[in-house]
Amino acid sequence: MITDFRYRGASLAKKLFITLMIAIMLIYVVLIIYPLFNMVISSFKTNRAILSKPFALPDSLDFKNFKTVWIDKGFSRYFLNSIFVTGVAMAFVILFGSMAAYGIARYTYKANTLVYMVFLSGIMLPLKAAIIPLFLLIKKMGLINSQLSIIMIFMAMGIPSTVFILSGFMKSIPIELEYAARIDGCNDFSIYRRIVMPMVAPAIALVTIYNSVPIWNDFFFPLIFLQSNAIKTLPVGLSTFFGQHSTNWSLLFTGLTIAILPMLILYLFMSKYFIKGMTAGAVK
Amino acid sequence: MDHDCLQQGTAMNQRTLIKTSWILLFITPALLVVGVFILLPLFMTLFNSLFSWNQLIRNEFIGLENFRRLLTMYPYSERFLNALQNNGTWFISTMLIQNSLGLLLGYLLSRNIPGAQAFKRIFFIPVLFSIVAVGFLWGIYLKPTGLLNNFLDLIGLDNLKRAWLGAEQLATPSLIMVNIWRWVGFPTLVFLAAIDGVPQECLEAAYLEGVSEWKLFWKIIFPLIIPAITIITVLTVIGSLNVFEQVYTMTGLDGAPNYSTDTIGTLFYRTAFGSVDAGSPEIGIGSAIGLIIYLLTFAISLVSIFFTKRKEVQL
Repeated sequence: MITDFRYRGASLAKKLFITLMIAIMLIYVVLIIYPLFNMVISSFKTNRAILSKPFALPDSLDFKNFKTVWIDKGFSRYFLNSIFVTGVAMAFVILFGSMAAYGIARYTYKANTLVYMVFLSGIMLPLKAAIIPLFLLIKKMGLINSQLSIIMIFMAMGIPSTVFILSGFMKSIPIELEYAARIDGCNDFSIYRRIVMPMVAPAIALVTIYNSVPIWNDFFFPLIFLQSNAIKTLPVGLSTFFGQHSTNWSLLFTGLTIAILPMLILYLFMSKYFIKGMTAGAVK
Repeated sequence: MDHDCLQQGTAMNQRTLIKTSWILLFITPALLVVGVFILLPLFMTLFNSLFSWNQLIRNEFIGLENFRRLLTMYPYSERFLNALQNNGTWFISTMLIQNSLGLLLGYLLSRNIPGAQAFKRIFFIPVLFSIVAVGFLWGIYLKPTGLLNNFLDLIGLDNLKRAWLGAEQLATPSLIMVNIWRWVGFPTLVFLAAIDGVPQECLEAAYLEGVSEWKLFWKIIFPLIIPAITIITVLTVIGSLNVFEQVYTMTGLDGAPNYSTDTIGTLFYRTAFGSVDAGSPEIGIGSAIGLIIYLLTFAISLVSIFFTKRKEVQL
């Protein structure tokens, strides 16, 4: 496009400007990549090597640290716990969220706007501020130190934005399709299930990423509700691990690498979806 | 005739009934979850803040006494104002540094600067990582013997070496910089999407007219992306008031050194689950802080929306 910043045909001042901007962006790229690279190489080094030669490459690729952290320090457990908690919470977020979005977008009734506002307020209200009543509630339910507690809280975290995003998409599906299905004998649930849901599949992918990244990364609620090591999720497990080995940098870098690398690899393959999904709430 | 009407009437009623039950079936599960875990706690926070508490037992109604103690009594008032001030620093620095940088980067990407596609993907990488992992990672790098000081040594700037997280003046700015490192990619891509949404003909026409770059940005693009700026501002408000993990992982729950990195989030946690100066949980005062977080989030978001709405233009 003619408005593109290109070197060809640009004035000298503009060429200088473009070069300066590219330089700034390259510096930021190095600022992102080098700390991550250093984290990975440090996990192969000994403590002494990290302190004395912090920029040097490791002498050998010894996976001993990884084995220690993954098996002896329980990271495999934390990992599975995170997958389980995120998976179950997300399944319900998508199910309940899409149903509510359908109930708001495809029917006209008096309380329609009110229900929509309730979900919208759920996006605005910071859930962390509610931790005291949540704690008392979960305690009363006898769910302290049970993964069910955070699964339910994660559901509450994810549902409002899911309703918000999906109802927008569902409103744009032509009503004629619904009439046709009704004549063919479909009831409301099978219209939701067989007509509307398949048509909003791309939006489902969007909200899945939008919600599962923060749920996977959440630290605050598991910190409060999960106490025994066997049920902790990855971020809290990482925190416990840091408390126990605060001076063993070599092991700490390995723990961080294990916590960060899977997300990075997933992102390399699906960056387009991650970018679209994560910004879905802010970009209309 | 009458009979017909009646039958039609009951048929209508029946259909309304069926429709209502379908609607209820669809919205009830989600409404229940949001009601129990979001709305109920909001009202309970308000309710709890009006009572005196003995550990986890609710005692008597004391009106606004908790708020009075929080705002006027030592050590609560001092800690609270200190924390609030730090949250203010977080908000202002994030707006000025992170969001302006995001706007600049988003703009450059929208103009397809050479390498734009690769830059876009790389900038977004840290956004995906958990704040906890990022906090712990930089916590190590910013130690006196960590990577940053080693790097300053390496390039001969060893007189710039500092105890980044150990000095009262530097600790909060260091935390903010780490957070910006993680988060810049987000406003960048939101602004990029907003600028891409500006009709291309507008830009091309202005460009061919010979409008200067400076004017092109401030007079044409900027007014048209005000909605994106509103959203980013509101998200920054919410994010700044909820700072917790960054402090927890890098300088600890007490906001070391000497409470210089304390925020409402960490103070709230200590009040609710430990105590401000070591002791038992204080549910009453904690609820008062919780309620203030709600009110601040709500009020500042409204102001930001109002403020930017006035400047919004429609094409």
